[in-house]
Amino acid sequence: MERQTGFARNAAENPCNMCMPMGGIIPFKGVEKSMVILHGSQGCATYMRRHMAEHFNEPIDVASSSLNEKGTIYGGEKNLKLGLDNLIKLYNPGVIGILTTCLAETIGEDIDRIASEYLLDRGLNDVSLVTVPVPGYGGSHSEGYWMATRSIIARLSREAPANRRINVIVPHISPADIREIKRILQLMRIEYTIFPDFSDTLDSPFTMPYKKIPIGGTGIEEIAEMSGAAATIQMGVTASREISPGHYLQDTYGVPLYNMPIPIGLENTDKLFAVLKQVTGKDMPESIFSERGRLLDGMVDSHKYNAAGRSAIFGDPELVLAIAGVCRENGITPVVVATGSKSFMAAEAIKSSAAVDVPEQSLLAGTDFARIREHCREKSVNIAIGHSDGRYLTEKEGIPLVRVGFPIHDRMGGQRLLSVGYTGTMTFLDRITNTLLEEKHKNYRHGIFDKFYTGKMA
Amino acid sequence: MDAGSLAVNEREKSIIVKGKQKKQLVCDTDSAAGCVSQRACVYCGARVVLNPVTDALHLVHGPIGCASYTWDIRGSLSSGSELYRSSFSTDLQEEDIIFGGEKKLARAIDELVLKHHPPLVFVYSTCIVGVIGDDLEAVCKAAAQRHNIQVIPVQSSGFIGNKSAGYRAACNALLRLMGPEPTPTRNLNSINYLGDFNLAGEAWIISNYLRQMGLEVNVTFTGDSRYETLIKAPRASLNIVQCAGSMHYLAQKMRELYGIPYLNVSFLGVLDTTASLRMIAEHFGGSGIKQKTEELIKTETDKVIPLINGYRGNLQGRKAAVYVGGGFKAISLIKQFREIGIDVVMIGTQTGRQSEYETINDLVDEGTVVLDDANPSELERFMVEKGAHLLVGGVKERPLAYKLGAAFIDHNHDRKHPLSGYEGAVNFAREVYSTVCSPVWKYLKA
Repeated sequence: MERQTGFARNAAENPCNMCMPMGGIIPFKGVEKSMVILHGSQGCATYMRRHMAEHFNEPIDVASSSLNEKGTIYGGEKNLKLGLDNLIKLYNPGVIGILTTCLAETIGEDIDRIASEYLLDRGLNDVSLVTVPVPGYGGSHSEGYWMATRSIIARLSREAPANRRINVIVPHISPADIREIKRILQLMRIEYTIFPDFSDTLDSPFTMPYKKIPIGGTGIEEIAEMSGAAATIQMGVTASREISPGHYLQDTYGVPLYNMPIPIGLENTDKLFAVLKQVTGKDMPESIFSERGRLLDGMVDSHKYNAAGRSAIFGDPELVLAIAGVCRENGITPVVVATGSKSFMAAEAIKSSAAVDVPEQSLLAGTDFARIREHCREKSVNIAIGHSDGRYLTEKEGIPLVRVGFPIHDRMGGQRLLSVGYTGTMTFLDRITNTLLEEKHKNYRHGIFDKFYTGKMA
Repeated sequence: MDAGSLAVNEREKSIIVKGKQKKQLVCDTDSAAGCVSQRACVYCGARVVLNPVTDALHLVHGPIGCASYTWDIRGSLSSGSELYRSSFSTDLQEEDIIFGGEKKLARAIDELVLKHHPPLVFVYSTCIVGVIGDDLEAVCKAAAQRHNIQVIPVQSSGFIGNKSAGYRAACNALLRLMGPEPTPTRNLNSINYLGDFNLAGEAWIISNYLRQMGLEVNVTFTGDSRYETLIKAPRASLNIVQCAGSMHYLAQKMRELYGIPYLNVSFLGVLDTTASLRMIAEHFGGSGIKQKTEELIKTETDKVIPLINGYRGNLQGRKAAVYVGGGFKAISLIKQFREIGIDVVMIGTQTGRQSEYETINDLVDEGTVVLDDANPSELERFMVEKGAHLLVGGVKERPLAYKLGAAFIDHNHDRKHPLSGYEGAVNFAREVYSTVCSPVWKYLKA
């Protein structure tokens, strides 16, 4: 497998990933009454807000310590503290995430010390500060997501009496996906804490009057008591042990961890219900069993169309892994499987997406779209599956794109895309199949004519 | 503002209400920490200005994010090369931060020049490059010699100022490209058009007008520009400056270095477009040009005024809030809204200059809120207080307007439809109509 690292490659051309702080913001949007401040120059916050606003179609407020030249030379402590003052005045949050950036890390800001000093100085006890070291050069947004998720739990959880709840820790999936997982758990009458829950905050219903911090998110008390849960189900097999929140709960509080892929696809969703049975003893409800049956029925209906698919899959390692599964179980050949993340776990995930029956698969970790494009050409890819930046493959190579993941900035409704569970898998698979059909219908007449017709033109 | 009426004291000097007080608005300062400023950074300012140079290779020396968030997000169109639509990064890693990124940068330039054969490379510095102290000048100079092309460093470390500092860094890069020497030959009736980024072909629309007037656009800074055309910029006999926030400095420098005079223009709205075309014709004198200009104005206005008036009937009496990047756009928008019967009740910019705020203050009605470097809390508060029916802004502001139940106009670099010139004025009126008069709003009130 080709695993490009910083050493092997001198330049990235059209990136396939974003930076760590970007990923770090999202879990905070899944905590009740929470805000984020980026310790760095003003641009980081603005770029990330813009990127997220376009995807979610929601106001995304993220503060910045707005470091200037003076702060960079003499230290940014004053800026950060002033920033916290102003942020509290304007938003009155219960939790504030303090995320570093390239700049803060490089000049060596000690945000843990600054944060604890700040709380003492100001005599604040109704706001929690969660620090997360996420230099932009330290990894991709995927690792940033897990680091922030883990940091929030590490900071907010405390020894709690055993309770009957199960923890469900989700990766960066869509708000609609989170809602679907909640629906399943509610249907099964399972008591749960889902975290981070940005299903309402990043896809909020229209209500008046406007609220600066949208309603929703996992409650601070709920997070505190995740330590006493009966088990953790984490949909995060690509999070390495040091940044995995599920492992933190297991290692610190002894909460048994069931680490599994995102329940997209038949096999992965079956896995979810198997784990739920194991943890709670509960069987799959009748209505879900019907949903499963409908998915099976649909898979059979579509299988011959899907057989024509030669896919390129790219994005977050966790999502790529799940999508590769969907492709394989439906006879779509994943010939290019790629992620921008350079982490070891990402490479492992990509490797494990390898299909035994597909010779010469392109498995790319730490890659960019210029490379993905080359491999798409070599491997005659006819369908791309991933976030909106894949439109580059459509424009340059004419490969149609099924949009899923983040960011989706050239279409509406990225936040509403449903892909998890049996029903979600069905809608996702339909989108893939129909994209293949659309291409077929668009091209078959002139394709066949060009190939076979040798007579005189009428 | 009255003392204490804003949650954050640092912001008070940046907000005034026309007629309420005599104090002058303070602008072009550092953003207040923690207030969620809508501004970006120095790098952003530089990238915005230079990115439309179509055959340049835009290489970001820094971590991946800076290149990722700026990859092909803007609507600048090209008549030639598409290289500018790719985003290149040295993708700095931890070990590069420790050991320095100069060697990697040199290798990156070599690799990319070999692959893409650009006549010109812009190397943007980012925050960390400014801190770890890579010698961009030296690396670029050596690379330029190795490849015999122009490799120009852009000093755009994010923390060295605000977005305006990035405009200046971009202008300095362009000046280096043109060189310090004035050219001996000067083309008569030849114009450089500064501060149009050819969003949705806007520079083409204006070039067509000028051609009909008997004038020629030498090069646009920087919409649909190329290396070959940019280096010939000193040959023009006049610079016209639209986006003054980003290009005023370049115009001044070009007057100093090459003796090219400049005029401030704006092609937003019928009134400003007509006034600007007349001003240009006046500059060149000659009855031929003036006559052609009047003919053009007549033909175009006859065409568009009835269309615009058609929308006006439905829009009369609505109130607009404006929050845009630069001052020239804000000034034109006040007038353009008047053309369709709308009053501006709140107006602000990210990087407006003092003189522009004075013009704004002169133009707006009593009671209008004028603010610099606003944040979402202020936009929300004043839109609600002033009863704004619509907001003009960029991507980040759009969802806020919608959540407040207000209409929204995309006046940003992402748009796919022109808002310049006479055609643009009709598009603008149509867009205002389509958002303000949409049926969706009535369902929100239930």
